[in-house]
Amino acid sequence: MSPRRRLLGTQVRTLARRSVVRTLRQPAQLVPAFIFPLFLLAVNTGGLQRATRIPGFPTHSYLTFALAIPFMQGALFSVMNAGTDLARDIESGFLNRLALTPLRGPALLAGLLAGAIVTALAQATTYILVGLVAGASFAAGAAGVAVIFALAILITLGFGAIGLFAALRTGSGEAVQGLFPVLFVTLFLSSMSLPRNLIHTVWFREVATYNPVSYLIEAIRSLLITGWNAQALELGFGLAAAIALAAMVAASVALRNRLERT
Amino acid sequence: MIPSRPASIEASALVREFKKGPRAVDGIDLHVAPGEIYGFLGPNGAGKSTTTLMLTTLLPPTAGSARVAGYDVVREGPAVRAAIGAALQEAALDPLLTGREHMRLQTALHGLPRAERAARGEELLERIGLREAADRKVGGYSGGMKRRLDLALALVHRPRILFLDEPTTGLDIQSRAALWQEVSRLAADDGVTVFLTTQYLEEADVLADRVGIIDHGRIVAEGTPAQLKSQIGRPSVEVVPLDAGQRGPLAAVLARFGEPTGASPNGVAVRLRGGERDLAEVVRALDAEHIAVEHIQLHAPSLDDVFLAKTGRSLEGAGDQPQPEEAANREPIAAHSGATA
Repeated sequence: MSPRRRLLGTQVRTLARRSVVRTLRQPAQLVPAFIFPLFLLAVNTGGLQRATRIPGFPTHSYLTFALAIPFMQGALFSVMNAGTDLARDIESGFLNRLALTPLRGPALLAGLLAGAIVTALAQATTYILVGLVAGASFAAGAAGVAVIFALAILITLGFGAIGLFAALRTGSGEAVQGLFPVLFVTLFLSSMSLPRNLIHTVWFREVATYNPVSYLIEAIRSLLITGWNAQALELGFGLAAAIALAAMVAASVALRNRLERT
Repeated sequence: MIPSRPASIEASALVREFKKGPRAVDGIDLHVAPGEIYGFLGPNGAGKSTTTLMLTTLLPPTAGSARVAGYDVVREGPAVRAAIGAALQEAALDPLLTGREHMRLQTALHGLPRAERAARGEELLERIGLREAADRKVGGYSGGMKRRLDLALALVHRPRILFLDEPTTGLDIQSRAALWQEVSRLAADDGVTVFLTTQYLEEADVLADRVGIIDHGRIVAEGTPAQLKSQIGRPSVEVVPLDAGQRGPLAAVLARFGEPTGASPNGVAVRLRGGERDLAEVVRALDAEHIAVEHIQLHAPSLDDVFLAKTGRSLEGAGDQPQPEEAANREPIAAHSGATA
């Protein structure tokens, strides 16, 4: 391995470790990312179980139907955590300290996102264990769970990079936190609570159809309810990859602008 | 690790303009010799930090050129960064990490071989007296501890040139003295060139081999502290009368001994034509005129006098005053000495 590549690897590992350590030392930031999605899962499952009686509803267990949602909510928290951490580094001048080292831009972004991914893996494990204990079905079996993990990582990459982009553009933790409600609305305007074909309000169904979040949820949901659905998985992985790619490119450009170093 | 190129700082007509803003740096020239401690002295907003950011490659100049350690700051940024260490304004530390974790982070990002990282970190923690606090989170450190850690982090890759941007602002006297000692040692023992920005006259006077005074983005005076003070030349005497109504007669008496200069609100001061030897004559003249004195003081020339002479303002609080439009319209020292602070 070339010295340049070895240094890049060291930098990514070092910054990822810092990101994880920072996350673990901020329980106030970490706990909501685990508790809030599970709380909503419990409320929705308790209150909307009767929705499964609607003709055409794909499963008799609203828990299984709703279990896909925490993965998306967890990803939204990654926007907050990764973005807020970077914004703090900008505000405190820590980013300047990093800029004075031979640190390469991709290493900084990868390091921060690696921390978000570690958190996402812990979240995904928690949601799946809670689902198993509560009696949710996993139609695609153990391999399906592995695919859910992969998709959760890809979604976290994309949403985490959106957080990094917002931090780099604004340099403000408050601005990043202001993004959270906006993204949360996109979650509610998706097929989160009902399958798209059962949404009777036309405008809502249209919005949900154009909302990429619907397809991310439906890809995870397909593995839980129907087993292996190639179309749902292609759409889910394709859109997640597209969001991740676009957000990473945007974050890289924003980083170059933020670090004016010569 | 760092190639053997001349360790010095050179700038020529360096300019930085901000969008819709003033010229923060307005054509400065610099030459800092290897191993020298160069004090860059000026009030808040004078352009010290902007200059530092340009010299450390973190901000591209709008015009002009600069070379640091022999490398062009615009075209050879990575080489400049490899040769320098910097502790910029406000200790930029992560409050959630410990001192030792900061060392690990910095040594790894600089690409020190794995086997060297821990030893280098321990060596620096020991040198700055933070070994016992190394496993505590930095959020709990005092201001002085943070500044010392900041300095140590700037040294992990053994830079030949060190930029310190107001390193002692907000520190207590003991912490300030400890930092001065370490900076002096770095220059004397390790031959590190130090570019130190400060708004403290005493700091520049004690530490710097040469001082550049910057105001409104321009260097208005440069030289060793002794040279600069000798430009002012003569000491001044300030007298506060017991009776404020006697300020007029007092001023008339003092005018015999020199030209007026800045004084406290209740006092009158003149720069003594005959130097310190005039003091006895001044006392005798005041006695002869029956002017009762509350307070009399002889002032040796200071860097603040230099700043006052060059800019018409005292350095203390100068950054808080409205900036005059014409920075260039400054009088020479001799003609200017009548202006008061």
